[in-house]
Amino acid sequence: MAMEKGVQMNQGFHKEYETVIGLEVHVELATATKIFCGCSTAFGGRPNSHTCPVCTGMPGSLPVLNRKVLEHAVAVGLATNCQITRYCKFDRKNYFYPDNPQNYQISQLYLPICREGYVEIEVDAEEPAGSSGTSAEERSEAVEDRRASAEERSEAAEDRRASVEERSEAVEDRRASAEERGEAAEDRESSTEEMQAAGEAEASKRSGLSNADRQKKRIGIHEIHMEEDAGKLIHDDWEDCTLVDYNRSGVPLIEIVSEPDMRNAQEVIAYLEKLRLIIQYLGASDCKLQEGSMRADVNLSVREAGSQKLGTRTEMKNLNSFHAIARAIEGERNRQIDLLESGQAVVQETRRWDDAKGVSYAMRSKEDAQDYRYFPDPDLPPVCIDDGFLAEIRSRQPEFRTEKQARYKAEYDIPDYDIEIITGSKHMADLFEATVALGSQPKKVSNWLMVETLRLLKERELDPEDIRFSPRNLAKLIALAEGREINSTVAKEIFELMFDNDIDPERYVEEHGLKMVNDTDALRRTVEEVIAANPKSVQDYRNGKDRAIGFLVGQTMKAMKGKADPVSVDKLLRELL
Amino acid sequence: MDILSLSAVELGTAIREGRTTAVEAMQAVLGRIEESEDALRCYITIDREKALEQAGQVQKRIEAGELTGPLAGVPVAIKDNLCTEGMLTTCASRMLGNFVPTYTAEAVRNLEEAGAVIVGKTNMDEFAFGSTTETSAYGPTRNPRNPEHVPGGSSGGSAAAVAAGECFFALGSDTGGSIRQPACHCGVVGMKPTYGTVSRFGLVAYGSSLDQVGPLCRTVEDCAVILEAIAAGGDSLSGSSREETQKVQAACGSAARNPRDSTYLGREDIDFASSLKKDVQGMRIGIPRDYFGEGIDREVAEAVRGAGALLRENGALVEEFDLNLVEYAIPAYYTIAAAEASSNLERFDGIKYGYRAKDPQELHQMYKKTRSEGFGTEVKRRIMLGSFVLSSGYYDAYYLKALRVKAMIKKAFDRAFAQYDCILGPVAPTTAPRLGESLSNPMKMYLGDIYTISVNLAGLPAISVPCGTDGKGLPIGLQLIGDCFQEKKILQAAYAYEQLRKAGPEQNAGTKEGR
Repeated sequence: MAMEKGVQMNQGFHKEYETVIGLEVHVELATATKIFCGCSTAFGGRPNSHTCPVCTGMPGSLPVLNRKVLEHAVAVGLATNCQITRYCKFDRKNYFYPDNPQNYQISQLYLPICREGYVEIEVDAEEPAGSSGTSAEERSEAVEDRRASAEERSEAAEDRRASVEERSEAVEDRRASAEERGEAAEDRESSTEEMQAAGEAEASKRSGLSNADRQKKRIGIHEIHMEEDAGKLIHDDWEDCTLVDYNRSGVPLIEIVSEPDMRNAQEVIAYLEKLRLIIQYLGASDCKLQEGSMRADVNLSVREAGSQKLGTRTEMKNLNSFHAIARAIEGERNRQIDLLESGQAVVQETRRWDDAKGVSYAMRSKEDAQDYRYFPDPDLPPVCIDDGFLAEIRSRQPEFRTEKQARYKAEYDIPDYDIEIITGSKHMADLFEATVALGSQPKKVSNWLMVETLRLLKERELDPEDIRFSPRNLAKLIALAEGREINSTVAKEIFELMFDNDIDPERYVEEHGLKMVNDTDALRRTVEEVIAANPKSVQDYRNGKDRAIGFLVGQTMKAMKGKADPVSVDKLLRELL
Repeated sequence: MDILSLSAVELGTAIREGRTTAVEAMQAVLGRIEESEDALRCYITIDREKALEQAGQVQKRIEAGELTGPLAGVPVAIKDNLCTEGMLTTCASRMLGNFVPTYTAEAVRNLEEAGAVIVGKTNMDEFAFGSTTETSAYGPTRNPRNPEHVPGGSSGGSAAAVAAGECFFALGSDTGGSIRQPACHCGVVGMKPTYGTVSRFGLVAYGSSLDQVGPLCRTVEDCAVILEAIAAGGDSLSGSSREETQKVQAACGSAARNPRDSTYLGREDIDFASSLKKDVQGMRIGIPRDYFGEGIDREVAEAVRGAGALLRENGALVEEFDLNLVEYAIPAYYTIAAAEASSNLERFDGIKYGYRAKDPQELHQMYKKTRSEGFGTEVKRRIMLGSFVLSSGYYDAYYLKALRVKAMIKKAFDRAFAQYDCILGPVAPTTAPRLGESLSNPMKMYLGDIYTISVNLAGLPAISVPCGTDGKGLPIGLQLIGDCFQEKKILQAAYAYEQLRKAGPEQNAGTKEGR
């Protein structure tokens, strides 16, 4: 994956430029019911089957906050070092669009649930100091930025409106992704590339780069707020009409707004990976970019290296893979630098990334920005968060990756690299621990995950989160293999079946009679038959051709239908010859 | 027995005692409607067959001992901004001219469970924007006391129906006086409870932070009994809604006990009928001097002060005081109410239900045409006003400032309630205006709300009780305002006053009213 690294001279630009990036990340929360009503959030229902008067904006219906949404939002805020707003409110964002049944979205502008947090990412240490997030000049700038936005409340609001808006585009985006099912495959490809890239990165880390070559960088989180998702528009070309499906209307979202602390695609992806892991560990969302349960908009500007003033930024939408994000950042950076070098100005606008073509298009400039007439929603009383609630959420916070890694190091005799990979997915870590808890040896579990599981994930183009086999079945398989009841070839075959269908290995071995024959008499008889049937090979062996024994072992295994232990067969053959 | 001369509670008793039936009561109401409705136009929708069928079913349940409450079998009229499952709910707007809800407002459902039988849906100002019931897309309702005059508004149809005997009681909604003022103009009792006492679920929202559902009825006793019924919460939820309760995950915040309205308080002190004592001995009653300044009719002022005198004669400590800030209530109210209304009415866009303009060429044209054609003048005026005060750059200057004024008005009331149990004053500065008089001068109509809107801004309970008539025979009402949750105090004072007035000689400028 082509990634830029901080300040750089490239492509014959006249000056050195620094890229400044901030992200707005929408995450769909994994609640059973919607944010303001009791309707199901499940995917795939018939259009408008998960709806009620509330989420279809019927007259006289009223919202009631789902407590679970608040719990998730606070949990994410605590995990990202945010201050929790103890008296927070919901605001209405007013705009007309058919996917928005009330024609206002319930969101948070004035008092969002979380503020002023950060996450730490690891970046390459070779970066110049100028692009490190901790530099003094930048801090002051960030502070200035915030102060400005605090003073010019209305303007900040306007900005937010401009940046968060784009309902129509969002719908278009979603429509595009829904309609063009064909392109899903393409998406998959990019996700595989991502995995490969991730794998390569991990591998290179293992192969030499020690932690000393990496350094930590803080990415500030400006705020996290709760809001409701909109419905989906489906254009029917046949009937030439547009239909609305409100099943997604009212699905809870949090929007995580970062500070403009990132300098390149690598940092952006590290930040997103970090957020994704935190949120997955919390069980607050599955965070799948392709499926839209995590969506990132990139705010990007460039400035001359060393400059302390932020350049004019643009906002990029429709980024549904890490790959697309990296490409869009490179594309937008170059576009802006080209403009500046040719004496033109960057226009503050929202742009849509077309990943297939590798270019972005202007959707709307700041001048077109709507006035959302935000005001506190009078239907929802302020949410007062007391110490008890906070303590409850704190007590429920899970063990996060860093803590888990430390514990694995202390408790299990497995390589650091394995720990990295396994804890890189909450689901895999859970699977590992559950299997070990069933009595399997950690090293064996780790091996199955690191070798066969990763291989099949890659082949099937799946994420670790998609693993379906149960710890119980993995433990059974390991027990069978370790007890030498099945040989390793059979074990791998069974594993593949288990990976795809979560079959019970014990029952499968039973049903298909795959147990190794430990009956020495039966084995001896077969070996004797093989010796009798292959006089030439026997002769070759006796003449000193050691390779011939391999053939005889193979013949015996064949005769035993694979149910023999090749090591014992080899031993027995040599004995008899 | 003249059924129509009974109060709701008296009728309920008569039905339970077998002296009449729910069906007879409904027939009497429908008979009266037959006589007077053409002239008055209290209703938008009347479903005679359903009403009689329902009455029959309720009668059976009463006889089976399943319905024993005071309102069982009593015909009720519902303001047309309260949703009724399977029954047209128009808000007196062309926009909802075809809207049949799939759900019933919580307050209405409570009444149905108490055995009250719906006669129909009453006329109102379009979306409750108005004080005369003249902004209705279905034409005005006339005042039964004098058909040349308006019944007040916005719950004018409900007030007129009660006054004309076209129902035994009615539900209205009160955002700035929409129950109390028409009750006053039609000579009936009307009450707005403390904000959060009655669930707003199913009430088509006007100003969400100000709206409350309340009764319009013939006596203070009726008022207490009806309020008790409609304020019921969680425990009285029917089977299906209880199921929904479980489906909805625990609501947030201590204020939210009802799964369908986060602002519903789920009060336990709703035994309002217990306050009906003919006793004002030692009760401290304040009369704001500021309410008797410019603009108030002499006859209205005299009638209200006369009521104060009657209470004083019977042992209440009545004195005048300065409430202050009265003149700021109107601008603050029209800013906040219009702001909320402009957002609340955005959902009427022609996409999902209701009116849709013919042959729109594209989406925005559809919105524009639908809303231009579907809404009346007063609705558009308030949407524009509300959109303006919320717009970028004006939000702080108008909306936020109005919220600050609202908080100051609440404080002024807090100070008053440190001194007094109730505040007594007029409901409206004049008796009911003539038809057509107000439409040409909306500003004058807005000013007519001066005594009622501050009560909504402060979230307080207030009751409107008849206290006389003017020279033309038009009713005058007095308003008793209580502190938050002090419904019982104002109900007691109102009940005592009502009883004293009924017993005593003519007290005021006008004549004693009969029913």
